Amino acid sequence: MARVVVDVMPKPEILDPQGQAVANALPRLGFDGITAVRQGKHFELEVADDVDDATLAKIAETFLANPVIEDWTVRRVEA
Amino acid sequence: MRVGVITFPGTLDDVDAQRAVRYADGEAVPLWHGDHDLKGVDAVIVPGGFSYGDYLRCGAIARFAPVMQEVIEAANKGMPVLGICNGFQILAEAHLLPGALTRNHKLHFVCRDQWLKVENNSTAWTTRYDAGAEILIPLKSGEGGYQADEDTLKELEDNNRVVFRYVGENPNGSRNNIAGITNARGNVVGLMPHPEHAVDALTGPTDDGLGMFLSLLDTVVKA
Repeated sequence: MARVVVDVMPKPEILDPQGQAVANALPRLGFDGITAVRQGKHFELEVADDVDDATLAKIAETFLANPVIEDWTVRRVEA
Repeated sequence: MRVGVITFPGTLDDVDAQRAVRYADGEAVPLWHGDHDLKGVDAVIVPGGFSYGDYLRCGAIARFAPVMQEVIEAANKGMPVLGICNGFQILAEAHLLPGALTRNHKLHFVCRDQWLKVENNSTAWTTRYDAGAEILIPLKSGEGGYQADEDTLKELEDNNRVVFRYVGENPNGSRNNIAGITNARGNVVGLMPHPEHAVDALTGPTDDGLGMFLSLLDTVVKA
């Protein structure tokens, strides 16, 4: 078994109102110096050893992310 | 006219959609998300709600439901399909319509009666409207912001594929004030506002939504 991390982020040109809301809240909470926040999703998959990278990419591209509005990355990490 | 209305776990507006079909003298045929056939219907409505709890992304899981594989195949052969609200999100996720629906720009769930302009009255679902007509039907969604890249927007605008546009203040940050679009063939239409909630002035703001279901009747009778 291996652990695979898939990170999904809104594309830079797509409005991210949730990230903006977080960014706007930070100064009110007394945290200064944060100029921008983008909010995305982080998936951790427990993956059998015979699942290849192409399959993982297909999972990310067709299901975990919507490539119309989101970018994604897949990486294997130490379990 | 037999019109299938799909129910997914979490669908809310299937009953109103069925009622709207009956108001247009059609027979509403309930379809279940796990069905593997469309029971011989002439058209399909993918109604609003929160299919699969909106988990992952709105419509992302519903798109892979067994019944949607049948809908995608039938739509690509020309069957009329209408996606309302969550149904529009599902059709976008299924790539039957381009673009994506995202969180409203001001983050608030919007629930109000909304004026729309009918931009295209030649689709399977809009022939009963005058071009340029303004209609008032409910809008109730938290993720109704229509997003697409510049090439897609140009393709939609240049080919008259924007079917409905918001009138007045943009309620959700949709690009080009887009409320509804169609595919190249004109048989698949998706919109965020709810025509099925405006088929009788007793229970809706107007009966302006009824025109979509009557348009379908004309389309099916002609076919």
